[in-house]
Amino acid sequence: MAEIADLSLARVTKRFGAHVAVDAVDFSAARGAFFSILGPSGCGKTTLMRMIAGFEMPSEGDIAIRGASMAGVPANRRPVNMVFQNLALFPTMTVGENVAYGLDCRGVARGEREARVRRILGRVGLADFIDRRVTQLSGGQRQRVAIARCLVLEPTILLLDEPLGALDLKLREHMKIELKRLQADFNTTFVYITHDQSEALVMSDQVAVMNRGRFEQVGSPRELYRDPASAFVAGFVGDANRWPAEFEAPNRVRLSGGATVAGRRFGPPSAGPATCFVRPESVALAPSAEALSALENRYSGKVVSVLFDGANSTLLVRADAGGFELRATLPQTGALAGVEKGAAVHFGWSAEAARIFAA
Amino acid sequence: MMRARGLAFWLLLLPPVLWLGLLLIVPHVEIAILSFSERVGPRLYRFGFANYLAFLTEPLYWRTFARTAVMSIAVTAITLVVAFPVAFYIAKAARGVSKAVLFLLCLLPFWASELVRTLGWMILLRETGLVSALLQATGLSAGPVELLYNDGAVIVGLVYGGLLFMVVPLVNALDSLDFSLIEAGFDLGGSRIDVLRRVVIPHAMPGIVAGSIVVFMLTAGNFVTAALLGGKNGLWFTEQIYAQFIVRFNWPQGAAFGLLLLLLSSAIVWIGLKLTGQGFGETMRRS
Amino acid sequence: MGRPTRSWKLYVACFYIFLFAPLAVVAAFAFNASQYPSPPWLGFTLEWFAGNGAVFGRPGVLRDGPMLASLLASVKVAIPVAALAVALGTANAFLLERHEFPGKALLANMMLWPLVIPGVILGISILAFSSRVANGLEDLFDADLDFLRPGLPLVVAGQLSFILTIATLVISARLRRFDRALEEAARDLGAGPWRTLRTVTLPYLRPAMVGAGLVAFLMSFENFNTTLILVGSEPPLPVYMYGQMREGASPALNAVSLVLMLGTAAVATLFALVSRKAD
Repeated sequence: MAEIADLSLARVTKRFGAHVAVDAVDFSAARGAFFSILGPSGCGKTTLMRMIAGFEMPSEGDIAIRGASMAGVPANRRPVNMVFQNLALFPTMTVGENVAYGLDCRGVARGEREARVRRILGRVGLADFIDRRVTQLSGGQRQRVAIARCLVLEPTILLLDEPLGALDLKLREHMKIELKRLQADFNTTFVYITHDQSEALVMSDQVAVMNRGRFEQVGSPRELYRDPASAFVAGFVGDANRWPAEFEAPNRVRLSGGATVAGRRFGPPSAGPATCFVRPESVALAPSAEALSALENRYSGKVVSVLFDGANSTLLVRADAGGFELRATLPQTGALAGVEKGAAVHFGWSAEAARIFAA
Repeated sequence: MMRARGLAFWLLLLPPVLWLGLLLIVPHVEIAILSFSERVGPRLYRFGFANYLAFLTEPLYWRTFARTAVMSIAVTAITLVVAFPVAFYIAKAARGVSKAVLFLLCLLPFWASELVRTLGWMILLRETGLVSALLQATGLSAGPVELLYNDGAVIVGLVYGGLLFMVVPLVNALDSLDFSLIEAGFDLGGSRIDVLRRVVIPHAMPGIVAGSIVVFMLTAGNFVTAALLGGKNGLWFTEQIYAQFIVRFNWPQGAAFGLLLLLLSSAIVWIGLKLTGQGFGETMRRS
Repeated sequence: MGRPTRSWKLYVACFYIFLFAPLAVVAAFAFNASQYPSPPWLGFTLEWFAGNGAVFGRPGVLRDGPMLASLLASVKVAIPVAALAVALGTANAFLLERHEFPGKALLANMMLWPLVIPGVILGISILAFSSRVANGLEDLFDADLDFLRPGLPLVVAGQLSFILTIATLVISARLRRFDRALEEAARDLGAGPWRTLRTVTLPYLRPAMVGAGLVAFLMSFENFNTTLILVGSEPPLPVYMYGQMREGASPALNAVSLVLMLGTAAVATLFALVSRKAD
């Protein structure tokens, strides 16, 4: 028997005047999933989330939670809670009062309310902060209060609207792991929206890549990374070298500088303009051409610059023939670890690693 | 947000409509109508310009009006000149705590009632007052000096009353002046006066306009200071309005005077804003 | 120009002396054991505050019946003015910050007008209008409508006409800084519109409402120009003081002024504390 999805959207559309912010979006999130919606700003992901929360009504289509349609159900009666982008903690209340707010609205008796508030604050590691003002907390602590405030209500779905955006880099890395842990602990369905691909890839079971109001692709982080279904996804998820090109054969293109690349085409065979993507980490570097003989695409070139960043170091290389430049990951353990600017290198990649999309 | 308006909108619209309608617009229409009515018998009036003619033909009336206008302009100018160095000091020379304290000290006297402040000046300037006593004690004067009941006393009192409303907008405007602009001015060979005229004053202009408008309005509409510090010599147009309304019970004449004073202060506000290209709303909010 | 010169500093010092001299002499001469608030100093006394009139032929302000009556009249005006200013100012703030409608810019602009209309004119226009209404109703219904005749209710209306502008500005400014996501968060957590208003929006506005109330109270208490025109047989304190000052000087006036200054200082301190808490 198929389980009813926690959240399912059927052809949900939102128009603001002539502008279509969300265009016929379909998806469903399974119970207990960490589902992310990834897209650039202005792609409609915030509008989509606000429709799920009940702050906007869809122009068309239906949103159902555990099979129950949410049409006409106001925000305060939905089994959905939201962690806002700026957290929206009530500044006039203490941590405890913030967390108790939703229970209070539901008329939960005082004794039980306090017990539940204490229990949830204990679980997010803020038991001692119950009487603090929210303005006295650090960024990470505020984050956890915002999540506790929602989770204490045991919602079917927790929505998170780029909650890590305001944090500094270190704390953001830490909170990614923390959020994933909380989600596993509570086993609540999380719907997370972000424009940061790393947040989406690290935490999610499923990611929907959204662009111009539509879902370009929905899949596991690994699928999106390995098998992007569109040029947009290939460019947006992970790093990639991207070149405009021209089809020469169904699975081979000529770059505008003249070099030919054998690759894997997506979609039906086509002629004319194309876009070719190769990830920096798919590029193999070697001091000699022989080491690359197993690869379908082989070139030689000069190092334009070394972008040293520890394990994430890359080289910017210019091909000797074919007039293109690319970024290649530079392993800090290999033979080329100490390569300098201007050095001659050989590089290449398999046909499997090059993605070609009709443009 | 241009959706169908709910009950809440109409309920919220009610208080401002009542306020502005019943306490502002209709009453002013009322005095406008009143000012054009002539009394022809007991409780019998007809349309006419008699009240305005009386204003033009009775020298006491128009002279008091002109005197109020000219002195208010003078008071505004003096207030500006007195306040500017202090505002500049608070905004640019003072630092940290002393800046905050100086600014706060400026505000303090104005929390005291106008009557209290005027009483203070009366005690200082009276023939038997403190200043007179000091002058005698230091030998600068042989006998008691009466400093009250003349235009000088009125101007001192009015300037004093206007200072706060000048200092605050000036400080706000000057606060945002970048010090490096002043230095650049000197660096490019400008003299002190040059820099003041070409850099500092243009930057402070919004504050100057806001302060001047408010000070002028308060001065022209002042009653207590002119009456108490000026005594019999302190003819002020508001006293004429009061006299017509309350003492002589000649409301149409008083209404005409009121309207004239309103026209005067509106004209000055309007000219001030036009000359410097400022908007009314932002200027008022600033002060 | 960056480093203040000596003469500039001297000027600023003189300015502050100028600023505080009148208040200082008012306070000092409240304690002078003399019939007149002027030099010479005849010794320290509290007679002008608490005396029964045996020494100077006039009781101290705390026992001066008419003086206390005028103080009471001021309070009777200031409390309704402050309460109405806060209530209506809050409503105005919601109208201006939460609604779009044709003519909104004009309405917002008109709300500022009372700031540039001299108080005497606000007074006479309201007096003339209310009298016409009262006369009209009297002729029609043969009813005597006292509240439309000069007196404290009319003083409340006259003061409200411009104090409401200040309250509206103060409360609107705070509502403008309110993050509406807080209201959405409350809705999201299950609160209805009224509960959201009561538990989230109004608590956020409270410091501005209290501040506006205190400022309105002080402005009402100290208002003279509008009050003078609209007053009836119960003069509030400033009008009463004015009458006394015209008759002649007495340290009793200094004493009541000092009481007034201390009261004002207390309210102003309260205001400062409230607005600090707001930030």
